[in-house]
Amino acid sequence: MWDYTDTVKDHFFNPRNAGELKDANATGEVGSISCGDALRLSLKVDPETEQILEATFQTFGCGSAIASSSALTEIIKGKTLDEALAVSNQEIADFLGGLPPEKMHCSVMGQEALQAAVANYRGETFCDGHEEGDLVCKCFAIDSVLIENVVRANKLTTIEEVTNYTKAGGACASCHEKIEHLIAKVLGQVAAEVAPEPAPAPAASAHIARPKPGGKLARMKKIEAVIAEVRPILQQDRGDIELVDVDDVIVFVKLLGGCVGCHMEKMTLAGIEQKLQAALGEPVQVVPVSDWD
Amino acid sequence: MTAYLDNNATTACAPEVVSALLPFFSEQFGNPSSMHEFGSKVEGAIRNARSEVQQLLGAALDSEIIFTSCASESNNTAIHSALKVQAGRKEIITSAVEHPAVLSLCKYLAEHEGYTLHILPVDGRGRLNLAHYESLLSERTALVSIMWANNETGTLFPVLKMAEMAKGVGAIFHTDAVQAAGKVPINLKDSAIDMLSLSGHKLHAPKGIGVLYLRRGLRYRPLLRGGHQERGRRAGTENVTGIVGLGEAARLAREHMNEEWTTVKRLRDRLEVGVLLQTPYAFVTGDPDNRLPNTANIAFEYIEGEAILLHLNHAGIAASSGSACTSGSLEPSHVMRAMGIPYTAAHGTVRFSLSRYTTEAEIDHVIATVPKIIANLRKLSPYWGESGPAQKAFQPEYA
Repeated sequence: MWDYTDTVKDHFFNPRNAGELKDANATGEVGSISCGDALRLSLKVDPETEQILEATFQTFGCGSAIASSSALTEIIKGKTLDEALAVSNQEIADFLGGLPPEKMHCSVMGQEALQAAVANYRGETFCDGHEEGDLVCKCFAIDSVLIENVVRANKLTTIEEVTNYTKAGGACASCHEKIEHLIAKVLGQVAAEVAPEPAPAPAASAHIARPKPGGKLARMKKIEAVIAEVRPILQQDRGDIELVDVDDVIVFVKLLGGCVGCHMEKMTLAGIEQKLQAALGEPVQVVPVSDWD
Repeated sequence: MTAYLDNNATTACAPEVVSALLPFFSEQFGNPSSMHEFGSKVEGAIRNARSEVQQLLGAALDSEIIFTSCASESNNTAIHSALKVQAGRKEIITSAVEHPAVLSLCKYLAEHEGYTLHILPVDGRGRLNLAHYESLLSERTALVSIMWANNETGTLFPVLKMAEMAKGVGAIFHTDAVQAAGKVPINLKDSAIDMLSLSGHKLHAPKGIGVLYLRRGLRYRPLLRGGHQERGRRAGTENVTGIVGLGEAARLAREHMNEEWTTVKRLRDRLEVGVLLQTPYAFVTGDPDNRLPNTANIAFEYIEGEAILLHLNHAGIAASSGSACTSGSLEPSHVMRAMGIPYTAAHGTVRFSLSRYTTEAEIDHVIATVPKIIANLRKLSPYWGESGPAQKAFQPEYA
């Protein structure tokens, strides 16, 4: 038995806005009976303001598919089309207090029906990309564009997650290699957007690099400032220090002049380490490198 | 009002079974292998239980009964043993609708250990084609493993005939009789069946106890090696409470066998007729002429099984579904797909499985509840119109 939240159960047993909408001026239909779930979203849109006045759904599917459809109609009612388009599948899941991971594809179906309905209203063809994208999962007819979008939006990193969100790869498994390539591709793009220099090849469990508050540059400047602060003190004893490199939590320095071979070397490094930790607010280790290293 | 109609998944322990096994948790705690009074009393109880199972299966000797932990263990033991004792034969025949305990193992053996696997298809009613079966049998066949009754549809297979045919080419015949045992009269001593698996918890015994029937004289290799228990054919200290419980359950099953084909069957038929009369676009799956008396697998078109089960559960009715969503897999059950049940219906199959404890009132509750649930879910379905499939076809922009 699935562990559905009370909100999911409520929307399943008491679906809001179910049925046909007689004077709908936009409909979006996604899914198919062979895939096990399908959704028709009907909208009544104010032509002046593009506000969604009414939204109804008809769904063939499991408990969470029906609840997700019900939630979707509640979320988008009163929104303008542009506002509605900004609704993500995660928002649908959050509205329901969460969905079991294996059921996240129900929220994706809701988001897709919405996109299809808006495209239908605007006289556009829904998701040109879907026709251009390569068919990846033949069992559930899922193409590369959808998979890439979902991987990007939900920061997915494994085939299992992609299956949970899109169903792709959930049957014969012959497309798993293609899904892996798509995950790697998206992760590569995300990493490239964050860091201008080429990111290291993403490992299987790679996390998506994201800018941290403060960022790498600010951190580097703080480290440089600490080194600059201690140099005059060391220079008084005819020594000196040079910043060589920073690798995550390791700060490589080179001791120069009187500091080389000084019996106080360890005390000096420990002092610098303390200053750095105070300045950065995180533990770091100062490691000396020599010319012969 | 609650109605437990998922007896093909598991059954309630019979009250007599519980009373029979309880003393073996407390005063009768001995190890049957021990050389003292504590042990020998327990050994006697196991002997009685073995005799009850022997009688339920119509086996020639009680030594042909091996107690295991479950039917999956029995199936694994049987299949591995049959292949090991016939090193020269490299082919396995099974059916497309077997339980995963057989099908997954056979597929594994084909993929990783070089066996050739023949999977017999079924027709739309879940029936096997015996001419096709005969064409697959040869001197190369090591093992035939065919279930006695299918767990989802209740369809009975002609295992007696198939065992004779296997014997003709010298192949070992194994049957998974988990759903049949206790419901169908079984008389192994007059059959050509070499091995049979059964599971206690499907016939009102506890979970965690199974049986492997092994015809006397059949060459055999144990799966679990170790102590001398079960005559060295299945090592491991006996699950005494399970064995005693299964013995009592076997006795009760023999006593009540007729009820399965009279009372239980009548209730099952009433459920089917009562639901179908009020529900258009629904049909019973499986072989109408050769079915277990307790199983009703009904396909409801244009709606999805998990949604049906959630509503049933809400109404106190326990059933199960071949729909994708209930299993965590994304495809409808392999049995429905093997029968070629159209996708419009395969996702909406619900299995009601009765037992001799099912009451008239429970069936009344189902008949009064199910048609409403189906109608309400169809109102939500884009594939459903006013009183039948939607006239305006549902046409997604992409599938």
